[in-house]
Amino acid sequence: MKEAEREPLGSSAGPGRTVLAALVGIVYFFPVVWMILAAFKTRADALATPPKLFFTPTLEHFWASFHRVSADGARVMRTGLEGNFANSLVISSVSVGLALALGALAAYGFARLRVRGRDYFMFYILVLRMVPPITAIIPLYFLFRVTGLGGGYVAIILVYTAFNLPFAIWMLKSFIDELHPPIEEAARLDGSSDLTILWRICLPQMRAGLAATAIIAFVFTWNDFLFSLLLTSVTTRTVPVAMTRVVGADVGVDWGVFAAIGTIYLAPVLLIAFFLQSQLLRGATFGTVPR
Amino acid sequence: MSGVAIADVSEHQPPLLARGAAAPFIAPALVVLCLINVLPFLWSLGVSFFHFRADRLNTAPRFLGFANYSDLISDPDIWEHFVNTGAMIAFSVSIQLVVGALLAFLFHRRFPGRRLVLMLVLTPMLLSTVAVGTFFSLFYDPTFGLVSAIVRPFTGAAFAPLGTPFSAMTSLVAADAWMWSPFVMLLLLAGLDGVPSYLIEAAEVDRASYWRQFWTVTFPAVRGVLLLALLFRTIESFNMFDLIYTITNGGPGTSTESISTEIYDTAFVLFESGRASALGNLSVFVVIVLTRIYFRAIQLRREAT
Repeated sequence: MKEAEREPLGSSAGPGRTVLAALVGIVYFFPVVWMILAAFKTRADALATPPKLFFTPTLEHFWASFHRVSADGARVMRTGLEGNFANSLVISSVSVGLALALGALAAYGFARLRVRGRDYFMFYILVLRMVPPITAIIPLYFLFRVTGLGGGYVAIILVYTAFNLPFAIWMLKSFIDELHPPIEEAARLDGSSDLTILWRICLPQMRAGLAATAIIAFVFTWNDFLFSLLLTSVTTRTVPVAMTRVVGADVGVDWGVFAAIGTIYLAPVLLIAFFLQSQLLRGATFGTVPR
Repeated sequence: MSGVAIADVSEHQPPLLARGAAAPFIAPALVVLCLINVLPFLWSLGVSFFHFRADRLNTAPRFLGFANYSDLISDPDIWEHFVNTGAMIAFSVSIQLVVGALLAFLFHRRFPGRRLVLMLVLTPMLLSTVAVGTFFSLFYDPTFGLVSAIVRPFTGAAFAPLGTPFSAMTSLVAADAWMWSPFVMLLLLAGLDGVPSYLIEAAEVDRASYWRQFWTVTFPAVRGVLLLALLFRTIESFNMFDLIYTITNGGPGTSTESISTEIYDTAFVLFESGRASALGNLSVFVVIVLTRIYFRAIQLRREAT
């Protein structure tokens, strides 16, 4: 799935610009480095004034992310963070998968079939993605309480599916719009149904587009805070919300533990993004910037 | 994952869909959207005309007519939040555009290791806003924070970036702009890729000055994406919640309270669901207007290419 990097405009950069670009990259990345370093610092080192750049690394915070020692120091308990990680993974994957499946069908419908008032549909679908999440949550919070779905996996997965759908439809439609219709028309003359055409002709040609859509939707869901904060329960809570529990602790913020969780949580996203970097570009624009 | 889901559909449904009938294709998505987005929205439209508290379901809602709306519109605090939000958007989005443009200018040519360096710049976008917010609040801590540590040698005193309304907003904007300038850069890189190379060669043959080349060749090519970036970031900044919640929590006082945090407080701290829904609907109205402009910009760009 790894795509060749796109040819940037014009010639190569000279040595001056290369050095400058590298420096800017490092400066820009500095806050992230600071977070990762904090994950390896002892509490004293993390809060030292002036802040320390060199120190003896420790892994205690990674251990402390998953374990809690009881007040008398006698027992070691689990914090349940691995459960939060599992929730993040399952909820993000399932909702992105569903959004992609439903989105591909709808995108094909909008791109290739007759829909009366297509522009209206596409506009209001875009609006659904743009409304402030907090306004959408107020009624959902209430409706889930009344129906008893609140706090369960079904509720939060449905919510994320619905919030990824507009994006998936827009993105995938832009990719289908770029395919060459003659191949599809030939298949249609041979008696293929639209579903077969979508599945056997369109989708195989837009693997990169599916990957781009999946990454962006996944990153959004994986990092989302507000929906999870208000619509999950202890059993379905995802990591971003669990993270803030560390912050809210009575003893003050345990920066080391917070940084350790943040670092672990960033790692998979960073890895995916590195290998699929060129797909991010398309995704950032709802598919509106052509390749 | 998605492949499996689609495979199931195609294997279990008869391949007899009428040619050209779009309904079976778009209906599943529309059903989900109606259930999770549209119906709840209609509910909150209704609730906005009542006095209603989501934490007291036994108490019957009381009909108020437009009272929630007229209260909001005549409330100077709400106007202050709209002004705060607007100032934050203007401040943050303009920085994002400038920094994003500089980054794009720096990164649009090839050099060894470009892929890796680009990744460094793109990472902020991939972080969870809660992690960014909480970490920036550590940077802004007057005693332990990095910002204070940098300023202290010059002023001799600890510095509290979150202490005054202006510096608190600047601190918020710094975090927001740091996260999202790379997004603007991505869009501009896409735009720059679309500049036909013959135009640049022609400009070089003509020995056009750098500025002239920029204004006649480069800028027209990226104008469209620049507009998209501006509008999209404006809408997203309007919705900004996580960073405010974790960095300033609206303070000092209510100076960095935005519309989103005000809705949150009204709905989930005070549990005034009716009033919160009314304010939510006002914000949806603003977003619909902004999205309309965004949609138009997309259409214009399509027609241009």
